[in-house]
Amino acid sequence: MLNITEKILARASGKSKVSPGDVVFVNVDKVMIHDVSGPGVIAVFEKLRKTGMKIDKIWDPERVWVAEDHFVPAADKISAQNIVSLTNFTKQFGIKKHFKYGMGQYGICHTLSHEEAMVLPGEVYVGGDSHTNTTGALGAFAAGLGHTDIAYVLLNGKIWFKIPETLYFKLNGKLPDHVMAKDLILQIIGDIGNDGAAYKTMQFGGTGVSEMSVESRLTLTNMTTEAGAKSGIVEPDQKLRDYLAERGVTKYDEVHSDVDAQYEKIYEYEGSEIEPTVAKPFSPENIAIARDLSSIELDKAYIGSCTGAKLEDLRAAAKILKGRTVKIRTEVLPAAISIFRKAMEEGLLKIFLDAGVVVGPPTCGACCGAHMGVLAKDEICISTTNRNFPGRMGHVESQTYLASPLVAAASAITGKITDPRDLK
Amino acid sequence: MEPFMKIKSIVTPLDKVNVDTDQIVPKQFLKLIQRTGFGQYLFYDWRYEQGGIPRKDFILNDPAYKNSKILLARDNFGCGSSREHAVWALDDFGFKVIISTSFADIFYNNCFKNGILPIRVSDEILQKLFSTKSEIEVDLEDQIIMVNNTPISFDIEPHWKKILLEGLDDIAMTLQHESQIAKYERSHKT
Repeated sequence: MLNITEKILARASGKSKVSPGDVVFVNVDKVMIHDVSGPGVIAVFEKLRKTGMKIDKIWDPERVWVAEDHFVPAADKISAQNIVSLTNFTKQFGIKKHFKYGMGQYGICHTLSHEEAMVLPGEVYVGGDSHTNTTGALGAFAAGLGHTDIAYVLLNGKIWFKIPETLYFKLNGKLPDHVMAKDLILQIIGDIGNDGAAYKTMQFGGTGVSEMSVESRLTLTNMTTEAGAKSGIVEPDQKLRDYLAERGVTKYDEVHSDVDAQYEKIYEYEGSEIEPTVAKPFSPENIAIARDLSSIELDKAYIGSCTGAKLEDLRAAAKILKGRTVKIRTEVLPAAISIFRKAMEEGLLKIFLDAGVVVGPPTCGACCGAHMGVLAKDEICISTTNRNFPGRMGHVESQTYLASPLVAAASAITGKITDPRDLK
Repeated sequence: MEPFMKIKSIVTPLDKVNVDTDQIVPKQFLKLIQRTGFGQYLFYDWRYEQGGIPRKDFILNDPAYKNSKILLARDNFGCGSSREHAVWALDDFGFKVIISTSFADIFYNNCFKNGILPIRVSDEILQKLFSTKSEIEVDLEDQIIMVNNTPISFDIEPHWKKILLEGLDDIAMTLQHESQIAKYERSHKT
């Protein structure tokens, strides 16, 4: 009677049964750090060394991987130095899976986790980033941790977890044309609130989710973080197996919920009732129907991030932008080089450039307001990203509306928030 | 870490919900890799005008709260990015206790790793604390907040309580049990 999350954590802690609220000590399968959490972990190691602790090796360099994403291309001298520190760190501890900017495949950590099949079904995966939840769409337990916890995992390969309660979101039937997984997850966050899933797992299922591509499912799990969730998860199925097989991986140990699995609460959504949805400033829970915001004038459209710059997201944006010209500044930043390449091969980049859009390198960039295209005071942006707290994408008095790639692209054409169905 | 002692202080009431870690430490300071000295960047965009002039209307700039060690906050404090810098900044600034109705999960755990006590209370109690002007005392050992001679009890998981009272962190705690863990693992190898 266990659900998938309970079963993964039970297996990883050597138990046959666990219940929500139990604290278990689990073996971790994979761990990720990037150019913000990596230097944070290095700082924690330094602090430990000062207490006399000797740190000359880590638990298992084969299970650790490193991304450069927040401050690449190096935003300034300090971020350039951090990349150097990260390189020294991976060299020192023999970590080979380091995706370096400017050396073939690299990209946003959560995108690499699925593009490169770094994490597999049934695994326990932790990352030094709050959107680590994303990777739960691969049927794994995936959760973000702070720097001290990550340092701990790097040294010991284990971590404590309290077994979370699970909220089950059941989508009945396919989403309509012009409606994307992003619209559904915004609707869900609007319904349950920013802390509606605090320390809980959000599991997605139902016929609508079975019909969804793996990339769409990744959008759902990605934004479970915005509802305060510990993790998000989708059970493995043939679509996922095919997705992983395309990436050369066929061996893993899937976990599935028992037929009589328990959930704290089940929420049902009818696919046909979901509409293009937007989260208004300054919170992802502050949702509205896109059509109701058609008077909002915009300065910029941003199509990027782990949430909204997967290949499917770029295809959706290209469908709208094809043969049209943007009215406001618009940027497309594919979330990884592998996606950039496919976008080139499919002709999407030409569509973007013909529409007047600038195409940039993979980076967290302006999504987290770090650099590259950040917003000025009073600027208003429509964005395929995941957060719109004050100052998230730049000036503390700028504004971000969160939307699907279809809504962002349609809005780029008109300069106002636009439902893609209303585009002439 | 230093063991957690009783804390007696006036409280700094931050009357906002959903304060995310980017408000606590804006992203431009994430590049700094030293673990100390983040206090100067705490709530930076709220504390300072452009050009670094303190905003008079922000609570942390009010001299009345200068030596406060207790921060009061509203729902979902510490949501957003997992950056531990947020906790480092609160600690460096001098806050040892944060009281709210709810905290974001990663932030909550990060607090204990850095010797800060996050306390969850009901709406009603939080409201009472927001209206008090006098010093309050937080006693972790007895799990009591003393407000105007009235004790208010609070819950905390025993594991976290031990970590704070003894000044341990997870890594130090594991080191304490290193030999037992090694023994256990040897006995379970197949």
